[in-house]
Amino acid sequence: MSTPYQQPGSYASPIPVRGAHLGDALASEWTKIRSVRSTIWTLSVMIVLVLGIGLAVAALVSAAGESAELGDESVLAMGFFGILPGSICVMTLGVLTISSEYGTGMIRTTLTACPSRGRVLTAKAAVFFLLVFAITTVTAGLVAVMQNAMVEAGEPTGDEWLRATVGVGLYVASLGLLSLAVGGMLRHSAGAITTMIGLMLLPLVAAMFMFSESLQDVQEFLLEWAIPSQLIGIYGEAAAGGGSGPIGWEPVGIMLGLSLVALGGAYATMSSRDV
Amino acid sequence: MIELEGLTKRFGTKVAVDHLSFTVRPGVVTGFLGPNGAGKSTTMRMMLDLDNPTSGTVRIDGRHYRDLDEPLKYIGALLDAKAMHGGRSAYNNLLCLAQSNRIAERRVGEVLELVGLTPVARKKSKSFSMGMGQRLGIASALLGDPEILMFDEPVNGLDPEGIHWIRNLMKTLAQEGRTIFVSSHLMSEMALTADHLIVIGQGKLLADTSMADFIHKNSRSYVRLRSPQQEQLRDVLHAAGMTAVETAGGTLEVDGASTERLGELAAEHRIVLHELSAQRASLEEAFMQMTAGAVEYHAHLAPGAPPPDAAAPPAGHGAPQWAARDKGA
Repeated sequence: MSTPYQQPGSYASPIPVRGAHLGDALASEWTKIRSVRSTIWTLSVMIVLVLGIGLAVAALVSAAGESAELGDESVLAMGFFGILPGSICVMTLGVLTISSEYGTGMIRTTLTACPSRGRVLTAKAAVFFLLVFAITTVTAGLVAVMQNAMVEAGEPTGDEWLRATVGVGLYVASLGLLSLAVGGMLRHSAGAITTMIGLMLLPLVAAMFMFSESLQDVQEFLLEWAIPSQLIGIYGEAAAGGGSGPIGWEPVGIMLGLSLVALGGAYATMSSRDV
Repeated sequence: MIELEGLTKRFGTKVAVDHLSFTVRPGVVTGFLGPNGAGKSTTMRMMLDLDNPTSGTVRIDGRHYRDLDEPLKYIGALLDAKAMHGGRSAYNNLLCLAQSNRIAERRVGEVLELVGLTPVARKKSKSFSMGMGQRLGIASALLGDPEILMFDEPVNGLDPEGIHWIRNLMKTLAQEGRTIFVSSHLMSEMALTADHLIVIGQGKLLADTSMADFIHKNSRSYVRLRSPQQEQLRDVLHAAGMTAVETAGGTLEVDGASTERLGELAAEHRIVLHELSAQRASLEEAFMQMTAGAVEYHAHLAPGAPPPDAAAPPAGHGAPQWAARDKGA
């Protein structure tokens, strides 16, 4: 529709209808995400955690000197210690991006303005993903450069650099996207955040208590496929300490796939349920 | 123009909206009236495609809401003034809505000015009072300068100044030729603002009539008589073929007779009158009468309250329109 709505004898608005598209929804979601405090808070805390813990670990190892025995191993895996708690902030933001709309009732206003559920969800997911990807990649890159300068060890390869920055950025952003999808399905901030933290930590905690012989396979599976194990796997085989779990780019693909499936689920619930 | 056709919504076994069909016409204020829990808000949510109807359709200018490209330019709605993110400023709350519908950013300033929120545009909306929240909701409804406006109980919780402001705003908007659809559970409020009336009770259509028609049909007029010779007066009235109803206050009420006729009649029989006055039952009474069978949450009648048939339409008016519609709807 390219002409303003008009009917004889009734009100004709001077504002023309021009056919809004995904780009307009993206602009709208960008305004939303940058204009609330929770975004600034969660992302600042994440940056502080990644940089603070990363540098503290590097300083400790550097002080230990020769006894740390890093040898030719790359120093980049040390970034993991900051990224892990940092990713909890990202999960929180991911959930809040959508569940806060349900909590405040804003979702009714949002969907009245843009009745296409698919467009709203796509715009939310894209804006959130790109924002988190950019910030995580830059922060992880910064910490990696500093760790590499502080600790004496082997020079990482190009692929190792790429995985420790872009790979980690993609993984954390995908994890956030999964949280956003879970938030969209559960519509309840506290419930969805708890679910995500449980999903992240429970497999490891459960595996710790599987002493029984018969559970050994399950224990091994949980230890290798838990989210923290996948995250450390991105840094390479040496960091992950062997085993058959996902390594290198594999965890990134797994998490991205998982989050897209969950987004599909969120789309299905949004389309079928009353607001 | 909004057209509803056989709109039905069930929540489990409870039918919230029951085969509702009506048309909201352009250029007038249409009042949407019903007691609490009658299904007004559910109906409005279905109009905006927020709730999925169990069956039936809603069309906005002939199209489904979901097919509208930039809905804010067709229809602006105030459902719940608090449906904003409290942590965001009033300006940003409106800006993100404007952007999603390709509305120029300058329009945000315009509507804030229009509702008088310019001084607090950068304040978080959760700090707003009820009245300010309502104004922000109205600003968001006006953002796309739409032809149709929908307000759900806009005067709820407002102070007299706010109520006055909203009433005048609706009148102005209707004068510009817009379609205004406004819900309320207060007949008195509707009598002041609406030109057309749609009444529902327990999800069913009870009336779809012009305000003038409704007033004509439902405001019973009668004459009140008070006399020290009550018994004698009664006999005289009876002899003249009029039925007088004695009220709790010791007065007589006569339907369908003029004050002139009754005064002359009393004089003829040398009866002293202490009161002879024409009375009109309130629209509120007529509304309560209409929805009496359809009120979901009943309070028990207090002793001394008027019997339910006190406001019944006078004989000779025939069955009111809504009685027949009740079954057809």
